[in-house]
Amino acid sequence: MTDGIGARVARKEDKRFITGKGKYTDDIRMENQAYAAFVRSPHASAKVTGIDASAAEAMEGVIAVHTGPELKADGIGDIITGWAITSKDGNPMQCGVWNPMVTEFARYVGDAVAIVVAESQDLARRAAEKVSVSYDELPATVFADHALETDAHQVHENVPGNLIFNWEIGDEEKTDAAMSGAHHVTQIDITNNRLSPNAMEPRSAVAVYDEAEDHYTLYTTSQNPHVARLVLSAFYQVAPEHKLRVIAPDVGGGFGSKIYIYPEEIACLWASMKTGRSVKWTSDRSEAFMTDAHGRDHVTTAKMGFDADGKIVGFHVDTIANIGAYVSLFATATPTYLYGTLWSGTYDIPAIYGTVRAVHTNTVPVDAYRGAGRPEATYMIERMMETAAREMGMDPAELRRRNFVKEFPYQTQVLLQYDSGDYDALLDMAQDAANVSGFAARKAEAAGRGKLRGIGYSTFVEACGLAPSAAAGSLGAGVGLWESAEVRVNPVGTVEVLTGCHSHGQGHETTFAQLVADRFGLPIDSVSIVHGDTDKVQFGMGTYGSRSGPVGMSAVMKALDKVEIKAKQIAAHVLEASEVDIVIEGGEAKVAGTDKTMGWHEVGLAAYTAHNLPEGMEPGLKETSFFDPVNFSFPSGALICEVEVDPDTGVTEIVQFTAADDFGTIINPMIVEGQVHGGITQGIGQALHEGVVYDDSGQLLTGSYMDYQMPRAADVPSYTVSHGCTPSPNNPLGLKGCGEAGAIGAPPAVINAIIDAIGTDNLQMPATPQAVWTALQSAKMPMAAE
Amino acid sequence: MYETKYHKAASVQDAVAALSGASEGAVLAGGQTLLPTMKQHLASPSDLVDVRGIAGMQGVTVGDGTITIGAATRHADVAGNADVKAHIPGLAALAGGIGDPAVRSMGTIGGSVANNDPAADYPAAVLGLGATVVTDRREIAADDFFEGMFSTALDDGEIITAIRFPVPTRAAYAKFPNPASRYAMVGVFVAETGGNVRVAVTGAGEDGVFRHDGMESALASDFSVASAAGATTSQEGVLNDMHASAAYRAHLVNVMAERAVSKAG
Repeated sequence: MTDGIGARVARKEDKRFITGKGKYTDDIRMENQAYAAFVRSPHASAKVTGIDASAAEAMEGVIAVHTGPELKADGIGDIITGWAITSKDGNPMQCGVWNPMVTEFARYVGDAVAIVVAESQDLARRAAEKVSVSYDELPATVFADHALETDAHQVHENVPGNLIFNWEIGDEEKTDAAMSGAHHVTQIDITNNRLSPNAMEPRSAVAVYDEAEDHYTLYTTSQNPHVARLVLSAFYQVAPEHKLRVIAPDVGGGFGSKIYIYPEEIACLWASMKTGRSVKWTSDRSEAFMTDAHGRDHVTTAKMGFDADGKIVGFHVDTIANIGAYVSLFATATPTYLYGTLWSGTYDIPAIYGTVRAVHTNTVPVDAYRGAGRPEATYMIERMMETAAREMGMDPAELRRRNFVKEFPYQTQVLLQYDSGDYDALLDMAQDAANVSGFAARKAEAAGRGKLRGIGYSTFVEACGLAPSAAAGSLGAGVGLWESAEVRVNPVGTVEVLTGCHSHGQGHETTFAQLVADRFGLPIDSVSIVHGDTDKVQFGMGTYGSRSGPVGMSAVMKALDKVEIKAKQIAAHVLEASEVDIVIEGGEAKVAGTDKTMGWHEVGLAAYTAHNLPEGMEPGLKETSFFDPVNFSFPSGALICEVEVDPDTGVTEIVQFTAADDFGTIINPMIVEGQVHGGITQGIGQALHEGVVYDDSGQLLTGSYMDYQMPRAADVPSYTVSHGCTPSPNNPLGLKGCGEAGAIGAPPAVINAIIDAIGTDNLQMPATPQAVWTALQSAKMPMAAE
Repeated sequence: MYETKYHKAASVQDAVAALSGASEGAVLAGGQTLLPTMKQHLASPSDLVDVRGIAGMQGVTVGDGTITIGAATRHADVAGNADVKAHIPGLAALAGGIGDPAVRSMGTIGGSVANNDPAADYPAAVLGLGATVVTDRREIAADDFFEGMFSTALDDGEIITAIRFPVPTRAAYAKFPNPASRYAMVGVFVAETGGNVRVAVTGAGEDGVFRHDGMESALASDFSVASAAGATTSQEGVLNDMHASAAYRAHLVNVMAERAVSKAG
């Protein structure tokens, strides 16, 4: 079957995307449409003492200016977080209150103070400049490692010392004992740099209030429109769910940043009701840098103990996670259950303990960003392995092999149970592909050209397929994390798959169709995928955490099972055969061992004409299913990076990059490779280029591409990508998920390669030319104290 | 963008007249800085005077030991011009390395020089080659033209019409681009003309492009890579920001000078 599972099928959706015919939120044009712009705080920390909107309101074409207190007075609720964390002392977390628009205090540069609605976008923006806001400036707390100091400004009245929670995981006593008995202890002090998500399409919302029906429609850039509707309805009190339709049309990239329900969508919905106009807001790139939830931003001290053979005996972690001014939707889960639970990495570690202190600062909220917690865990563990190998004089690949988990399922010391894997095989595969045995010669050749060549490893495991609902609930999740699907066979035999997942670059219109093609032997062109509209699709949880395959496709498989059973019953009845003898393949239902067949379209027609159905059978051929996984899935990989550093300038060139991943079963190798390429490039971006910078006063210095460097095509080599396969036992297809792997695995491979090249690990991300040159200078300096 | 009045000037006189009649006029050449600034509401000129259609401000003329480039000549046209490539290949290469293809297809030499962005490439060539800035009313030596960050000797309403470069014995430019913006974080133009060596540095100075006296004397006595490496670059007056400390920039001045000398041959 050419279009089935495992086929390298071209993406159905690409024709409209590459010919500019995608339909994005900003392409929506409503009758009676007005435009919103937001007045934003220029201060990181200030008390709003007055707002004078009269000049703006007097401008011709300005419809309304509304402020936070008005929104609150109308009963619009505060923005919530979806995961409750309990501190190690047993106390619940303390979060600052997040009003959708400022009611009294502005807490980061960009915090929305007022919404202006006008007849054009340009006019709305000009009017926003005319709104005069008086501020009393206050001190700002900006950096994770400063937030807990006694002299730090307290960001929220109800969060003493800016500490949201102090969470622990693992066994402290056992770990302390293991560490004290260790032959060698390695300590690293690292930061995980703060990133801006930079989806190609900026956030956008069109809010439409229908007064006659008292009904709202929101078109928005969402990865999870049903969750958006649930939260907007149940928590923000915009409208009851049946009076609110959320549509996420084509969405141009999310990387996590479009999971969350932001103040702008809430304000636009409310403003639409207030003004009786459809209200559109589209972020510009400057607003995106200022207001899209950032990612990462950890400061960590970690210690790992080894025995004399290099076997890990214990691992101790202390992390401070910067959550920003407010606690966004997944912000508390990201640095805890998506981070601490991965501290065992690919290794058999008998004792692990650590704490994560989450802190408020006067910066934009930080939340899940491609990988979400798992890149932070992987970077820490894999840098640890590099430094430990250097300190113990061991080959870093060999140190990893000595500690790999070798038997599955494997119960870690930090909650998770890994499903399947073969880490040695992946490392073998990567080392062969990277021609590691030829590295010494390549290094010598580079030295002849004045370049420092280095090789760096990263082996990772991550948890995908969010998530078993009951387990998530027991750990504090506010929702279940199952997925839904409906498979509709039309009377002519074409098939519609309705999924609660949402595609914003992943290629679901192709890969989901491949499941149907595979099952019934149909061409994928006769299958369409419906998603992103709460009026069309049954409730679903959306797409993030590489869940669409392991969870979303599993729901489709279950629905297909039901459709197949009924189709066989119909075919058996029409063909006067036994149900067990019916085989559906090649677009036909056949009676095995005979020449009796009926076309798939005839099965569909029989179901809907209902002239000749088995007695008691309901007409139609349409089934729904919900799939709740029993466990996460655990993709793994081995990545090898080779760099050449120019010691004169500190410039790092990635000259070779090899990835061997185990994603379990692969539906479409081309799409998987694309995900790996994109993920690695994002990981290289974090390692070498990207980093959000705030100054001491909380001003955003990296507010545009003039100062925030994204990786460019010329910055990355052609990747060598290969796959091993140990299918996940936790879902019907054996899928593990591939969307985040590259971004999780790549950063430590790159940094470890630079460390190998320059001979010092005194280096933090991003390893810009200046950072590498500075590290080289420090390595040249004689030790001052000696 | 705020409202503005657009004029398309047919001649230099036209342009000067339009500017003098405007309450707050601005010359639109390539628009590669001005237009983004206007879009961000950071500039709001009452009038835009477009000089791109003025015939006398286009193209390259070869004179006696000089190359004259019309102020409205685009970077891509300088980079691809056979005369510039033959006589001052270092200048053609510099023009071919400005921004990206879109910028090079719109941006002009006169616009770049008049703007005097401290990280722009052209000021290094104009100062490094000791060029002459020709305006609607006078000629200004490069040494007198650049007065500091975004500041020049141009009077209000004065329009650059051409830049006249002496043809050097040898010259080359090497830049270290800012990793994000790709503007010059450090750019060094070295030129030897009639026995004189000039070295101009862009991207690194708190006051914009500057001549590097120490590097000039070092190269005057020995035009070699070793000599460029050995010259001392003071950190005094060198920009210090999140992209590059003064120490790193000063170091890069020497490295880029070495590379420029090596290219100049």
